[in-house]
Amino acid sequence: MTASAGAAIEIRKASKRYGAFTALNDIDLHIRPGEFMTLLGPSGSGKTTTLNLIAGFTDISSGTLEIGGRSVTGLPSHKRNIGVVFQHYALFPHMTVGKNVAYPLTLRGIKGDDREKRVKRALDMVKMADFAHRYPNELSGGQQQRVALARALVFDPPLLLMDEPLGALDKKLREWLQLEIKRIHRELGTTFVYVTHDQEEALVLSDRIAVFNGGRIEQIGTGRELYDHPATLFVGRFIGDSTVLRGKSEAAGDGTVMTIGGQRIFAQGRLPGEARPVILLRPERVGLKRPGADALTGENRLSGTVTEAIYLGSGSKYEVRLADGTIAVVRSPLGATDFAIGDTADIAFLPTDLTLLPDDASADVTLT
Amino acid sequence: MPSFPRVLLGLFCLLVAVLLLAPTLVVIPMSFNGNKSLAFPPVGFSWQWYDNFFRNPDWTTSFSNSLVIALIVAVVATVVGTLAAFGVSRAAARTGGLLRALLITPMVVPGVVLAIGIYAVYLDTHLVGTVTGFVLAHTMLAIPFVLIAVQASLEVFDRRLETAAASLGAGRLTVFRTVTLPLILPGILSGALFAFITSFDEIIVALFITSPYLKTLPVQIYTSITRDADPTVAAVGTLLFLATSLIIIAGLLLGMRRART
Repeated sequence: MTASAGAAIEIRKASKRYGAFTALNDIDLHIRPGEFMTLLGPSGSGKTTTLNLIAGFTDISSGTLEIGGRSVTGLPSHKRNIGVVFQHYALFPHMTVGKNVAYPLTLRGIKGDDREKRVKRALDMVKMADFAHRYPNELSGGQQQRVALARALVFDPPLLLMDEPLGALDKKLREWLQLEIKRIHRELGTTFVYVTHDQEEALVLSDRIAVFNGGRIEQIGTGRELYDHPATLFVGRFIGDSTVLRGKSEAAGDGTVMTIGGQRIFAQGRLPGEARPVILLRPERVGLKRPGADALTGENRLSGTVTEAIYLGSGSKYEVRLADGTIAVVRSPLGATDFAIGDTADIAFLPTDLTLLPDDASADVTLT
Repeated sequence: MPSFPRVLLGLFCLLVAVLLLAPTLVVIPMSFNGNKSLAFPPVGFSWQWYDNFFRNPDWTTSFSNSLVIALIVAVVATVVGTLAAFGVSRAAARTGGLLRALLITPMVVPGVVLAIGIYAVYLDTHLVGTVTGFVLAHTMLAIPFVLIAVQASLEVFDRRLETAAASLGAGRLTVFRTVTLPLILPGILSGALFAFITSFDEIIVALFITSPYLKTLPVQIYTSITRDADPTVAAVGTLLFLATSLIIIAGLLLGMRRART
């Protein structure tokens, strides 16, 4: 395996319809050469459909798709020269590990010593060289997936697609393989497109993440951008922990005032248009204080009762039931005041430490 | 010391085995009968009926006829049946079910009814007493067996492997040759075996479409036993029993060796 230049992907106005059902609705997605792009979203959001379009397993209904600057419309998958790793491994059960990895090389007319060498190098890369003579059914899930990865990369494709490759593995193994995949991506410079519904996995692996919901892309950005500046309520809730505050709101100068359970909250900024605003809070941006104590200038306070207190070592995590019934999540750093379940407490945050977003009822139902 | 129920179970199995095998095993001593009679128990001992089987052209030609016809049937029915199985299992569920029901009818329709129909058609088309006629009729009878065996294999075959192979650069024919075919081969082979046997011991249709110039082994056995009750029949039976046993034992040994590696 040599470090090959990764291919760029350019998807414009792409839709995919199955009869009356629209799996993918007019998406635009640009993936840079060598980038690690993750398609993140709940099941049925269109992320796997997008992967299948790129792989050529299904045809685009409308729009354009270019890989490496060339339109691939109508090009069957076996001519696209793309590596694909599946959740179910898809190793050929009648071939040894070595034969499996040699398969794409044989198809490309690579024979003899050259083929042996490349198979060995690919298996070395995933640390499976000792297993070349075993059959897939003699390997564990994690081992099979590593072989599948070697097989998908042995022919130096400029693009590797992975469809929830770690979905069937347990947590420890998953975390270790995430780091392996990251290392391999760094070594090869191949473009990786990775599908997952696990936001933590997306944050660990990706250069950028495209968040899918209901056949559309809600936002594309780095993990930091998505976490700190979600464009929609769905993205804010899907990535990381959050508290959503809803209430009657009105404009106040260049800010917004929201009344929640009889208490008034000031938020910096205003939403354009008529959209009903909601406030999204990140647990680290919220403090937990004794009622009325330690007030800062301009600080927002909402009173509530602690319903859950979890010691995490690096700090504590609390759940607080507010006056209007909302459960707020708070993560306080080491050394902050300790609270016990049942204590009354105020959650406290500055008008600048929150995100104002248009309300979206679908953001709640899709989170399961 | 095995428990009482286990002993009982063992005895019961033995009883069933004897019941299944006895009629076949009776044939063996009969084939060494010293007299020209099919009586049991046999009297004396001789190899003469085996000698007769290998020397009498009635027997040798009917045997080679059956062998040739069954081999051709095995090949044709396996190819057609396998293709049909693909069609049935990859068509839409309803179409597939309908096709399957249609293709299996030769197994369901009473043999005599089928034989009459075939005979009527063959009279017009001059296929009575021809190898082509036998091959066509037997292929029709054998296709359902191939269809069922191959379809069972396709059912457990993971089609996602075909997608994976395509992503690795294999065109459709290459996918079939390198992935699909090797994985459903056991089903195809058992289908071929069934097809061979279906043709080789088919008697009902054969009795209708046979002629003095083209007899298959079952027809020859039938005529021989109704005409002169000749123990050669027992000798043929014993030989067939040995041959099929050897094939099955070889198959089992092969399967065991594959399971071990």
